[in-house]
Amino acid sequence: MTDAPSSASLQRTPLYDLHRELGGKMVPFAGYDMPVQYPQGVLGEHLHTRASCGLFDVSHMGQIRLTAKPGQDLVGAMESLVPGDIRGLKPGQMRYTQLTNETGGILDDLMVTSTGDHLLLVVNAACKHDDLAHIRKGIGDRVEIEPMFARGLLALQGPRAVDVLSRYASQARTMVFMTGAVLRIDGVECYVTRSGYTGCDGYEIATPADSATHVARLLLSNEEVKPIGLGARDSLRLEAGLCLYGHDIDTTTTPIEAGLLWSVGKERRAQGGFPGAAVVQKQIAEGAPRRRVGLKPEGRTIAREGAEIVDGAGKVIGKVTSGGFGPSLNGPMAMGYVERAQAANGTKLALVVRGKPVAAEVVPMPFVKHTYFRG
Amino acid sequence: MLKFSKEHEWVRVEGDIGTVGITDYAQQQLGDVVFVEVPEIGRTVEKGGEIAVVESVKAASDIYAPVGGEVVEANTALADSPGDVNADPMGKAWFFKLRIADKGDLDDLMDEAAYGEYVKGLE
Repeated sequence: MTDAPSSASLQRTPLYDLHRELGGKMVPFAGYDMPVQYPQGVLGEHLHTRASCGLFDVSHMGQIRLTAKPGQDLVGAMESLVPGDIRGLKPGQMRYTQLTNETGGILDDLMVTSTGDHLLLVVNAACKHDDLAHIRKGIGDRVEIEPMFARGLLALQGPRAVDVLSRYASQARTMVFMTGAVLRIDGVECYVTRSGYTGCDGYEIATPADSATHVARLLLSNEEVKPIGLGARDSLRLEAGLCLYGHDIDTTTTPIEAGLLWSVGKERRAQGGFPGAAVVQKQIAEGAPRRRVGLKPEGRTIAREGAEIVDGAGKVIGKVTSGGFGPSLNGPMAMGYVERAQAANGTKLALVVRGKPVAAEVVPMPFVKHTYFRG
Repeated sequence: MLKFSKEHEWVRVEGDIGTVGITDYAQQQLGDVVFVEVPEIGRTVEKGGEIAVVESVKAASDIYAPVGGEVVEANTALADSPGDVNADPMGKAWFFKLRIADKGDLDDLMDEAAYGEYVKGLE
């Protein structure tokens, strides 16, 4: 089998050959040749993950390790780039936060895990090189920055993930949501966090590059586990009400507008000290001019990204930033930005689909309840 | 008589009534179908006009009328079971029936063998 010439410039994760073997339909995504779905199809993969356990290749995302240079404060350096409470992380704890710019816009969203000695970051694939340059410029004098872009990263998600992973590392069962530990999986040293981006209980498993396929095959050998592509990953995260960088958040949206106030550390709200803090603090005090909201269209018409959001008078007040069909919800769902006055739950709005307004209501997110394991 | 368009619609002609749906190739390309918007009865459409919409998990796709005419029946059952489009595209999952205005429209369409060759050329 030969590859299409168009894929020649695309990068591959360590699992590329396995994706092909499993019948993955490969598409370009963030510079990588990635499986959008397997023969089971997006709908089946989505429902399988919610009911049992799905394995995702997220090796295209960027893993970066930060270590203090002698005499330097690693946590202080990191907090100069993000609004999250990094100081409050005990070894083995992780947080979701954002790299912000001077106007409070979001350069990327990321996970930060403290190992005690290091901070481990997981950043978006499309942003990882820019993030690296941004971190180097900002704190390169204080911290050693080690990109680990070739490593494997697997997400094992769903209610049976705990049973599956515990067969190889019994410690997996007692870990709670948003914690991490070094686990040996069939002799392979992995950094495992109880986290993910599907709204399900589950894990992300960082592996050495040359062991990624071995660990993936091992996990797939369990009858509960099926391979899941990017299509279902997107519908799962949208049902979970989670932001997708470049769509629901970007350099023009602040964490407050995006409804991510919860991720801004309490002390940091008062003290600031991150890029764009003045803008973020002002929005916390006075309210953001617009807000990301969940939208539930009436009926089954799907409003997708870019659809205009209009008020009762037909005035355009915002745009859908993510929209699709929720297989677990068994209906359409969307998120987008609206002016503050229209952001309250229960507000009746309309979404313009193929030139016609479809009635919709502002609803709380997530669309499908999170099932994280909090101990 | 069964005819096919380059846009992957099929039309089964009985008298002056044409029943329209999408082909197996089309449903495979679309992936899981989650919503079908069928036309209202009484609507008239030109050959090649947009007449229905299929939403898959991936994208919305317009369905074009392979022949012109007036819609006389719509398969509203598809609203509750859009998955039929994947399971039985040439049977249960017909979209609508129309009274064909000009049977000459059929001349531009392919028969089953020609459509089979056409699809092979796309793969």
